[in-house]
Amino acid sequence: MADRVGIEVSVALSDAVKQANVDVIAAYPITPQTHIVEHLAELVANGELDAAYIPVESEHSAMSACLGSAATGARTFTATAGQGLELMHEVLYVASSMRLPVVMAVANRALSSPLSVWGDHSDVMAVRDTGWIQIFTENGQEVVDHVFCAFRIAEDNKVLLPVMIHLDGFNLSHVIEPITFPAQSKVDKFLPPNKYPLPLHPDKPVTMGDFAPPIIYTEAKWAQEVNLRASKEIIIKCWQEFANIFGRQYSPVESYHSEKAKVLLLTMGSFSETAMTAIDKMRGEGKDVGLVRLRLWRPFPFDELRRAVENAETLIVLDRALSFGGPGGPVCSEVKAALYGQAKKPKVVSFVAGIGGRDISPSDFEEIINKGIAISEKGSPNEFEIYGVRE
Amino acid sequence: MAKREPKSEGEMTWRDLEIGAIVTEPGNASRYKTGDWRSQRPTYDFKKCIKCALCQIFCPEGCIFQNDDGNFEADMYYCKGCGICARECPTGVITMVEEEE
Repeated sequence: MADRVGIEVSVALSDAVKQANVDVIAAYPITPQTHIVEHLAELVANGELDAAYIPVESEHSAMSACLGSAATGARTFTATAGQGLELMHEVLYVASSMRLPVVMAVANRALSSPLSVWGDHSDVMAVRDTGWIQIFTENGQEVVDHVFCAFRIAEDNKVLLPVMIHLDGFNLSHVIEPITFPAQSKVDKFLPPNKYPLPLHPDKPVTMGDFAPPIIYTEAKWAQEVNLRASKEIIIKCWQEFANIFGRQYSPVESYHSEKAKVLLLTMGSFSETAMTAIDKMRGEGKDVGLVRLRLWRPFPFDELRRAVENAETLIVLDRALSFGGPGGPVCSEVKAALYGQAKKPKVVSFVAGIGGRDISPSDFEEIINKGIAISEKGSPNEFEIYGVRE
Repeated sequence: MAKREPKSEGEMTWRDLEIGAIVTEPGNASRYKTGDWRSQRPTYDFKKCIKCALCQIFCPEGCIFQNDDGNFEADMYYCKGCGICARECPTGVITMVEEEE
């Protein structure tokens, strides 16, 4: 199965979940995640995937069922998007706090109201602080690769945290792309069986999600924080080993012509590939611009980000979500926080664009970069700029 | 949540917790002294006791036991002083008094 095949990314993702030999899937369909869970249900119903598929009544139940499943040591997968992710909200905290290695694909979608089934990152930003490891993907191959990486990272006994794989709704979830599926033997080598250290078992009873009075809650939360931060090194190691076996290398912060560029654009997700087209064109015209892509959203890669932008004069951060009444796009405010104490840092300009599925074309990116350069030179009365809004 | 006995919760650091603050010792809630919550305590006039066991049945803590004399009495390590036993006793054996300790 090492040939490239043309396949819808959602279907490819499901096939990768099958290759990952998942034990339990509990999911509720929601646009634009639907094709993922439909195809998984089909694989289970056809006997092609030996797993339990739990058709639950809501996303809150989906994540709750995933907790129970992961707590027994079963390899557990779910997927959701937008409103579904919000309905899971409280259970997301429980998954990370109980250190259960659930893997979830999120086909990123805007939040209501007005109702929008199209893509942006408002669903992600609302679950930013839930303690999950969060990784952004840019194309179908990265989605497939990250199914294997996500399980390996989540189930690593030094990590034991749930992982979200973010893929942009429609722009990535529904497109047909050429994908290389790895040989099953290579997947099995890269992804050993799940060995959760303290599973629910009648022979060795444990209590999970216990009551914690004020005397111990702080210690429990700090243990969780230390663990999530420490997971970065293991994520990086996992990506290195993935590269050794499969030949594709991933990093917390990835660059595109950015090493010496004076002006940098920072993006997350599938729009990064459109931005590359704009960067190519502008560089062809002699403009000193580059691109930085944030792949690892949580734990936030502070050192890698600082190194990636330290030589630039201007950093334009593109957010696909609004932090209402706040300091600007949520990614930009974190980037600013990461750079605040640095002696050498670029001027940071915040743009919000591409919300509710509105496209950002290569020419839009050019305009965003040009406006960003002008703002960094002259300043702006605004905390952030919203691009393309009709006044 | 004890991992390494005999550390009390107040002595434990974040490193002492199991992953996800999982409790690996079943039944350790029996060490939890809920008697500390009490603001009233039951007192008894056992002469009136007809050994009906209603107090034991109604006790939400499950901490009322029959003593060697056949009378029913709360285990003060766990008794929260809710007073349900005093309310339910049909012969008025139990009177709640302010806890002064």
